Amino acid sequence: MMGGYGDVQMIDENGLRMDGRKPEDCRPIEIETGVIPVADGSARVIWGKNEVIAAVYGPMEAHPRKIQRQDRAVLDVRYNMAPFSTSDRIRPGFNRRSREISKVTAEALESVVLLELYPRSKIRVEIEIICAEAGTRCAGITAASVALAHAGIPMTDLVVSVASGKVNDIVVCDLNKEEDNYGEADLPMGILPNTGELVFLQMDGDLSQEEFKTAWDYNMEAASKIHEEMARALKGGDA
Amino acid sequence: MLVAPGDDLGSSSDLDPGHGVIVVDGRLKAVKQGRMTNDGKQIGIQPRRTAYVPRPSDLVIGYVEGMTNNIWFIDIGAPFNAILPLSLGPAKGSFGGLRSVLDVGDAILCRIQEVEENHSSVATMKGMGLRKLKSGSVESVDPHLLGRVIGSKGSNLATLKEETDTRITVTDNGRIWIDGEVEGIIAARDKLLELMEAAKVSEYRGDE
Repeated sequence: MMGGYGDVQMIDENGLRMDGRKPEDCRPIEIETGVIPVADGSARVIWGKNEVIAAVYGPMEAHPRKIQRQDRAVLDVRYNMAPFSTSDRIRPGFNRRSREISKVTAEALESVVLLELYPRSKIRVEIEIICAEAGTRCAGITAASVALAHAGIPMTDLVVSVASGKVNDIVVCDLNKEEDNYGEADLPMGILPNTGELVFLQMDGDLSQEEFKTAWDYNMEAASKIHEEMARALKGGDA
Repeated sequence: MLVAPGDDLGSSSDLDPGHGVIVVDGRLKAVKQGRMTNDGKQIGIQPRRTAYVPRPSDLVIGYVEGMTNNIWFIDIGAPFNAILPLSLGPAKGSFGGLRSVLDVGDAILCRIQEVEENHSSVATMKGMGLRKLKSGSVESVDPHLLGRVIGSKGSNLATLKEETDTRITVTDNGRIWIDGEVEGIIAARDKLLELMEAAKVSEYRGDE
């Protein structure tokens, strides 16, 4: 895997990716709820080699008082990667990246949670990345959304997050670590599966209009599959 | 039928939205995870978990979280703390000397006196049996499972008290105070955990 940006062959002559997936395929995903018994709601998402745990506490009194909003609750989201989650040890604590992801996750979830039902209170969402293999922000948002529903927090919809990107000039869905590191673009999206609305979008790198459209379609298609798994987890295998 | 947030529950022309259901563009939509109920007029959701929302005259167990010179802040397991003014406290305390009456972390049995429009509530300890809890153990149950845990007309609770020779006080915020001999408390706690698990299972299955 040596070599510079863009010169690594990651799609073979048959159009298959390094892990044997077709460009539109998503990594396998497993979701489980109730993994943290003391939390009000929790979920574990195993997505490829990613493993994410999300726990929700509240609604509770918001402290310090200066963060209280008189007309609605505040979502206090904390995204954190465990020091052992990657091969290079991560220095514990907040950093620029985790602050950014916590912020975008909170904004994506705020658009579905009925915060106005709990004025002046706080809902705490903790997302811990146990094992990271590209796409942890998407796995984190998906896990947090399931944990919120599991905690009985009223929401208009679940949020499914998934990313597509460009590798060797080919648009592929749900990038793995190598594709993320050596690929040319990355387009993570947060999608409301029942309405198809978008609550979160970021883009790294460049995509043409055509490529953007393809990545969008891949994300939408993957979101509906992931939503099935989320619903199955929440309904106890009765989806 | 079990539902997840965002699930479409049909047209709003025939049925009214109940708990955990909203109407969007003429369609009923679930906003909570749980079991759907339909009585022919209204469609609702019995959620898997609910937060306790205080109502006047509720008997609750709270923990002292903090205080000012003349007010205690009480965690009653609701999204908002209750306040306990010095004048409604358990004993005569002096302005600024609240800590000598109730300190942070103390558990109290109190009653909700009033709930204001902005959801904040006022608790009182003036009343029969309302006091600071100095012995025993406090367990928590989801408030919506209380009915199933205590059983029809309190049958489970009566059996539990008799079997373990303990005094048990069930409060509206889902906290249960068990007092008596240590062996009895331990036995009652174990039995209560079993009842809670059974209540969760029957609630989720939708047993009557």
